Amino acid sequence: MRIKLEKRENITRTLSITVTLFSVLAAMTFIGLIFQVIGINPVLAYIMIFYGSLGDIYGLSETIVKTIPILLCSTGLAVAFRAAMFNIGAEGQLLMGAIASTYIALYVIPNSQSIIIIPLMFIMGFTAGALWALIPAILKTKLSVNEVITTLMMNYIAEQLTMYLTTGPWRGVELWGFPYTENIPAQAYLPCISGTRIHYPTLIIGLCAAALIYVFTSRSKIGYEIRVVGGSREAARYAGISYVRVALITMTISGGLAGVAGVGEVAGIHHRLSPFKISSGYGYTAIIAAWLGKLNPIVALVASFFIGTLLVGGDILQVKLNLPYATVNIFNGVILLFIIGGELLLRYRVKVIM
Amino acid sequence: MGNNVLVRMHNITKKFPGVLANDRVNFELKAGEIHALVGENGAGKTTLMNILYGIYQPDDGEIYIRGRRAVIKSPKEAIKLGIGMVHQHFTLISTLTVAENIILGETSTRLIAPIRDVENRIRRISESYGLKVNPKARIWELSVGERQKVEIIKTLYREAEILILDEPTSVLTPIETVELFRVLRRMAGEGRGIVFITHKLDEVLAIGNRATILRRGRVVGTVDVGKTCREELAEMMIGRKVIANKYSKKSIVGSTILKIEDLCVNDDKGLEAVKNISLQISGGEILGIAGIAGNGQRELAEAIAGLRRVKHGRIVLDGEEITNVDVKKVIEKGVAYIPEDRISMGIVSDLNIAENIILRKYRYKPYSNNLFLNFKFINSFSAELIDKFNIIASSINTPVKLLSGGNIQKLILARELSGNPKLIIAVNPTAGLDIVATDYVRRKLIEMRNNGKAILLVSEDLEEIVSLSDRIVVMYGGRITGILKPEDVSVEKIGLLMTGGRSEN
Repeated sequence: MRIKLEKRENITRTLSITVTLFSVLAAMTFIGLIFQVIGINPVLAYIMIFYGSLGDIYGLSETIVKTIPILLCSTGLAVAFRAAMFNIGAEGQLLMGAIASTYIALYVIPNSQSIIIIPLMFIMGFTAGALWALIPAILKTKLSVNEVITTLMMNYIAEQLTMYLTTGPWRGVELWGFPYTENIPAQAYLPCISGTRIHYPTLIIGLCAAALIYVFTSRSKIGYEIRVVGGSREAARYAGISYVRVALITMTISGGLAGVAGVGEVAGIHHRLSPFKISSGYGYTAIIAAWLGKLNPIVALVASFFIGTLLVGGDILQVKLNLPYATVNIFNGVILLFIIGGELLLRYRVKVIM
Repeated sequence: MGNNVLVRMHNITKKFPGVLANDRVNFELKAGEIHALVGENGAGKTTLMNILYGIYQPDDGEIYIRGRRAVIKSPKEAIKLGIGMVHQHFTLISTLTVAENIILGETSTRLIAPIRDVENRIRRISESYGLKVNPKARIWELSVGERQKVEIIKTLYREAEILILDEPTSVLTPIETVELFRVLRRMAGEGRGIVFITHKLDEVLAIGNRATILRRGRVVGTVDVGKTCREELAEMMIGRKVIANKYSKKSIVGSTILKIEDLCVNDDKGLEAVKNISLQISGGEILGIAGIAGNGQRELAEAIAGLRRVKHGRIVLDGEEITNVDVKKVIEKGVAYIPEDRISMGIVSDLNIAENIILRKYRYKPYSNNLFLNFKFINSFSAELIDKFNIIASSINTPVKLLSGGNIQKLILARELSGNPKLIIAVNPTAGLDIVATDYVRRKLIEMRNNGKAILLVSEDLEEIVSLSDRIVVMYGGRITGILKPEDVSVEKIGLLMTGGRSEN
């Protein structure tokens, strides 16, 4: 018996959506088996996850809180991936945004009014994230250094930089040795929807970015250039499209939006910089959201919300069933694996030859 | 030596989807001979040798090695039978050393020979054959010529008695070629049999003892190189093709549109591929460039289209210099380009028909304004072109990857020929197309010519060149070896020019 893969000629939208949904379901079934093995009723666990994250106002609001950074990062990643720039560095770019905004709020203009300090934090956060992404982009375009490696490595640098700042020069004095900075001044706090932690300015930026990018990639000249470069670099050269320009623009958007997510986490949630809590892996999770969304920012928005649900559900499992937090990582990992596996089924028809 | 037959391939047939690559081919290799396997690109030379090396299985026919029937299922079995092959694209791992590459895949009874012993043996081999390579060097540190030496040493290390070289000189400088020939003669002198795949007749004459000529998958004949001449070989290789001028042309001679002066261009490897070429094309004229692939035609076309840097010389389009200007500018000046590599360069397969139609125009009005594409115009324009160029597709939103080869080429033609270009460059525009699509493409080119456009047609298809061109330039080794009128073309003459002979006039 042999298994043969045959390339599919025609991939319809329906097939694509079906395969994605099926992949997610298969992943959830697989995780259900894991629950079963460790002695937890999988049906009960899923009820807990979805009821806890969507069933009441508190759960829903927390899900939205988790959705915000994933949405921002995945929107940016969708742009970069469209141009075949495989940016794995949203995590580091997010941290750089967090660092930049903390710096503004604590050291540059701590005494100015909200109307000045908050926009400046967003602008500098965007810039910092963008610059962090531009380093690998320049290495890629000028020296052909693989961006997957460099963007990933830049994450570690950003993490260590955060660690250094919070345990060294920026460490708060009254914090009994914990690696935190001082709290940023209250006028740098982002406003929240009352009774929740939803820092709506960041959410609005995220939603606008997703909408704008959707429109720009499908209808604008630069969006067209991005799609041509992502489709075939040779064809782009033939069309006179500058690969360097497209690479730099997409990485600027991608890194910048991740940086904005970092600003949201500092100014909207934690109100200080800390090496462990500030991101909890949003930059990596967003990669999954971007692929789940087939690089369409609007679909990625839905995917981000779905992953937000799982993250909050994971917290609940942790509390109610005493499961380790790593459960959530297993969740995400399994889903990504199944989606990538599903891509194979989407592109090829599997034939079993007896 | 003499009649000691190492390899006999009998009635070998190999089909690929849509192509009969080998059609009842007979081939014989004797000990001590260098046997040239000659033919144009796509004649089936490499396929035949890949069958001998166990990479492909023949659909029909038998192979006898040293008189015994052999079914060679994999290169591993071929190696066991004493067959070694040096592919056109080397199979070395660039981060490993020479010695490591040579023992890679070794399946001797002993697990692994100590690397020092391996290195010493490599040194002995390389000294005795004059193949100088340091066994400790890593592959990425070596030049292409040195890498080829490693491949040859690999076959010697495995004590191959039958050696196949697939176009070995295509990556070598002339001096390296002389050196290679010396090594090959030495190896043959020791009783090995060597198959030398090539389409260069100079090489056949310089090194071959016998030559087998393939054309379109069939053996035309096997000759003793000593008893033949270049003219005979050229004719066997290219064949007496039907040369007929069936397209009606209006004769109009316009002003000079393209003028190239003393042009030099490098290929991807950095070797000079176009050497001091000068030519002119007028409006209403098709200039055909004939030649076997890899003689600089592609690089010449790319340089004019702005896709490859010009090292030396000038390109002037309608009085304006376009040497080394940006592709965008070249497009703006009115140069249409129908690339050889239709799938990876000519289109973006994930995008739809309309988006591919605008590939080289999207930045100009009315296809777009400052920021956004003008889909209303693009869609109606695309629908019009689909109709005009008979592109068979369900709608303008069909992804191009779903189109057939002929329809993809029609799409490229539609894009390139619309918008009033001054110069049209077409590289192998009908390669791989069926008869109907081929005829369509040719008629379109003639139509453009009759409308006063200047056309540069690069093609490996002699029939195409002769039936379409007003003048024919033959290229060999990056130089022009002759300029002919289509009515003066004879197979003997053009075959000679294409394979390195000089025209008398």
